[in-house]
Amino acid sequence: MTTVDLARFQFAWTSVNHFFFVPVTIGLAFLTALLQTWWYRNQNPQLLRLTRFFGTLLLISVAVGVVTGLVQEFEFGMNWGAYSRLVGNVFGPPLAMEGLAAFFLESTFLGLWVFGWDKLSRRVHLACIWLVAAGSMLSAAFILAANSWMQHPVGYKMVGGKPQLDNIVAVFTNPVFLWGYGKVVLASVTTGTLVMLAVSAWQLRKGKDPEIFGHSLRLSLIVLVPAITLTLFVGDMLGVVEGTYQPMKIAASEAQWTTCQPCSFSLFQIGGGNNDHTPVQIIQVPHLLSLLATNTWNGKVVGMTPLQNQYAAKYGPGDYVPNVFIQYWGMRVMAYLGGLVWVFSLWGVWLLRRKKLATSRLFLFAATWAVITPFLMNTAGWFLTESGRQPWIVQGLMLTKNGISPSSSFTYLVISVVSFIALYVCLAALFLVFMLRYSRREPEPDPSVGKAGEPDTRVPSMLY
Amino acid sequence: MTLAQFWFILIAVLWTVFFVLEGFDLGVGMLHSVTGRDEAGRRAVINTIGPLWDGNEVWLVVAGAAIFAAFPGWYATWFSALYLALVLLLAALMARGTSFEFRGKRDSARWRRLWDALLSGGSLLVPLLTGIALGDLLTGLPIDKSQNYTGSFWDLFQPYGVYTGITLVAICILHGATFLTLKTTGEVADRAARIGARSGPAVALIVIGWAVWTHIVAGKGFWPNPVEIGIVLAVIAAAWLAADRHHGWAFTCTTLTIALAMLTLFTDLYPNVMISSTNAAYNLTIANTASPSYTLKLMSIVAIVFLPVVLAYTAWNYYVFRKRISSSDFAAPRLPGTQPPVHAQPEPDAASEPPSVPEKT
Repeated sequence: MTTVDLARFQFAWTSVNHFFFVPVTIGLAFLTALLQTWWYRNQNPQLLRLTRFFGTLLLISVAVGVVTGLVQEFEFGMNWGAYSRLVGNVFGPPLAMEGLAAFFLESTFLGLWVFGWDKLSRRVHLACIWLVAAGSMLSAAFILAANSWMQHPVGYKMVGGKPQLDNIVAVFTNPVFLWGYGKVVLASVTTGTLVMLAVSAWQLRKGKDPEIFGHSLRLSLIVLVPAITLTLFVGDMLGVVEGTYQPMKIAASEAQWTTCQPCSFSLFQIGGGNNDHTPVQIIQVPHLLSLLATNTWNGKVVGMTPLQNQYAAKYGPGDYVPNVFIQYWGMRVMAYLGGLVWVFSLWGVWLLRRKKLATSRLFLFAATWAVITPFLMNTAGWFLTESGRQPWIVQGLMLTKNGISPSSSFTYLVISVVSFIALYVCLAALFLVFMLRYSRREPEPDPSVGKAGEPDTRVPSMLY
Repeated sequence: MTLAQFWFILIAVLWTVFFVLEGFDLGVGMLHSVTGRDEAGRRAVINTIGPLWDGNEVWLVVAGAAIFAAFPGWYATWFSALYLALVLLLAALMARGTSFEFRGKRDSARWRRLWDALLSGGSLLVPLLTGIALGDLLTGLPIDKSQNYTGSFWDLFQPYGVYTGITLVAICILHGATFLTLKTTGEVADRAARIGARSGPAVALIVIGWAVWTHIVAGKGFWPNPVEIGIVLAVIAAAWLAADRHHGWAFTCTTLTIALAMLTLFTDLYPNVMISSTNAAYNLTIANTASPSYTLKLMSIVAIVFLPVVLAYTAWNYYVFRKRISSSDFAAPRLPGTQPPVHAQPEPDAASEPPSVPEKT
C-alpha cells in the first residue's frame, strides 16, 4: 500500500459515498417540485401532504449530501496538490462557477422553501422548490464538466509543458461532458423515482393511505419509464464517445486483449483480470460489443495489448492498462441492472394500463426492493468511468501517481482515511435510519385544516 | 491593477463576507445552549439561523474554489499544508451541518443533548481552525523553493495563527450574541443581551491584542495605521454598545470589526499570499501562484455576472425572515400539522414534554 493507493482509496470512498446522497437529492428535488406543482394547479390537499412527506425525505438527503460535498472540494488540495497546481487554471473555474451559480441557488432557496411556507405566496414558494431542483442539477453540470476534462482534456494549449485553459466553450461542449452529464442527471432522476416508488409501494402494501400513495406511485412510475429508457440510450452513446477518446477503458470493460472486428459481448466470464488474458467467456452475443462501442454492426475494437504498446511508444514505458476486473464487472452490473429496471418499469406501465398498479402485491413487493438497484448501478458506473481512466489522473496529460501532494505523508493519510471511514459510516447510518423511519410514517394531516377562521390559511413552515 | 491583484482583493472580500455572515451563525451555534435554557428556547435560537446558515457556508466554499481557480499554487500549498487541520475542519462542518437537520428528528432529551454538543463544538472549531489557517499565511510556514510545505501537523500551530483563531472565536461570540438580541424576543433575547454585555470587554481585549500582534508580525514600523486604529475603535464601540443595549449599533460594530480585521490581514499579506518561514525568497506571491490571464478574465466575467445576483437573492432571503422569533412559538408539544400558537404559554421543560410524534423539520 503506497501513499498514492491510500489517497486514491480515500477519494473513491468519499466520492462513492457522496454519490449515494446526490442522486437522491437531485431526483427527489425534481419530483417534489412536480408534486408541489400538481398541488398548486388542482389544490388537492392530498398532494400537499405528499409534497411535504417527500420534502422531508429530500431534506434528510440534502443534509448528508451537502456536508459530504464539502470534502470533495477540499480533497483536491489536500491530497492532489501537484495535480491542483498543474491544472487548477482549467479545473478550478468550473468548481468556482459551481459555487457561484449552483450552491448559492440551491442552499438559499432551500432555506426559503423549508421556512417560507407561511411567509411566501404559493406561486413564489413553488418557484423556490423549482430553483432548488435547478440548482442541484446545475451543480452536477459544473462538476461533470470538470470531471469530463480529466477523461478527455479539451480547450487548452500547452505552455512550457503546462496546460493552460484557452477555450471554456470547448470545456462545456466536450462530448464526454454532454453525454456524461445527461447520463448523470437521468440516472439521478431514475434514483429519485425508484426511491419514491419504493416508499409508495411499501406504504400501499401496509395499507396506509392507499389513495394518497397511489398518486405518488403513479407519478414516480410515469417519470421512471422515460428516465430509465433515456439513461440506457445516453449510456450507450457515452460508451461510444468514451470508446473514441479512451479506447483502453472500453477494451478493458470487455476484457478484450486482442483487436477484434466484429466483436462479440460475453455475458459472463470465469477468471480474467490483468494477468489472465484468456478467461473463459460464457454466452457470447455476436456483434454486441461492436454495437455498444461503435454503434455499428461490424465496428472494430482495438484490444488492450496493442493499445498498451501504442501508449508505451507514445508516453514512455509503463503499465497503461486499468484494473480489468473492475471494468468488466462494473460494466455488467450497471448494464444488467439497468436492463432489469427497464423491464420492471414496463411491467409497471402494463399494470397501470390495466388499472392494477396499486393493487398488484407482487409489483409492490418488487418495487420496494428495487430501490437497492440504482445505488448499485451508480456505484458501478463511477467505478467503470473513474477506474477506467487509470493510470491517468488527466488522460494523456498527467499520471495519477504524479498528481499527489509532495507533502503527503503516509501516516497522515492513514489518519485521514480512518477518520473519513468513521465519519461516513455515521453519516450513512443517519441517512439510512432516518430515511427508513420517515418513509414509514404516516403523512401529516392536511396542515391547512382547522384554521378556517384565519383570513389567509397558509401552511406552517417546516421548522427545525 | 492587474487581474491577479483584482482576484486577490475579491478573495479577501469573499473571506470577509464569509466571516460577517457565517460569523453570527457560528456564534449562535456556540451559544445556543446557553441562550436557550429550555427546549423551546433552544429551538427558537436555532431557528433564527435556520434558513440562513447553509447559504452563509457557501461563501467558504466559494472562497476556497476561487483560490483554486485564480491561484492554483496557493490552493495546492495551503490545503496540502493544512492537511489534518482540514480533516478536523471538515468533521466540524459535518457535525454542525447535520445537527440542524437531525437534532429534532427524535423526541429524546439525550439525543438532543448529543446534537447540542456537536453543534456547539463544531461551531467553535470552525472559526478556530480557519483562523489558524489564515493567521499562518501571514506568520509563515515552512515552505521550500518548489512551493511545497515541509512541516508537520504541529508546525501549523504557530502562536500567532492560534491567537488569530481564538480572536475569531471571540468575535463570533459577540457577533452571534448581538445577532440573537436582534432576532429573538423575551427571555432568550435578554439572555443573549447579557452574554453580549458580559463578553464584550473580554472580546475587545482579545481583538485589540490581535491588532497589536498583527502589526508586529507584519513588521510595518512603530505607528499603527488607520485600519488598525479602526479595528480597536470598532471593537471597543461594539462592547460598549452591547453593554448599553444598543443592539443594532453593536451588531454594526461587530460587523465592522470583522471586516477591518480581514482588511488588515490581507493588506499585510499583500503582495504575498503565503509567507515561507524557511526563506523569504520562497514566499508564495500573487505573481508566482496566479492562473494565466485567460482563466482570470473568464472568472472575472463569471464573478461580475453572478455575485450581484447572489447578493440580491441573499438579501431577499434575509428580508423574508426578518421577523423576530419567540420561544413561545415552540412551547407547544410537537404535534403534526399544528400551527405554532400565537400567544405565549408556560414553557414546559424538555423532560416533562408529553411524548408526541416528532414534527417535520
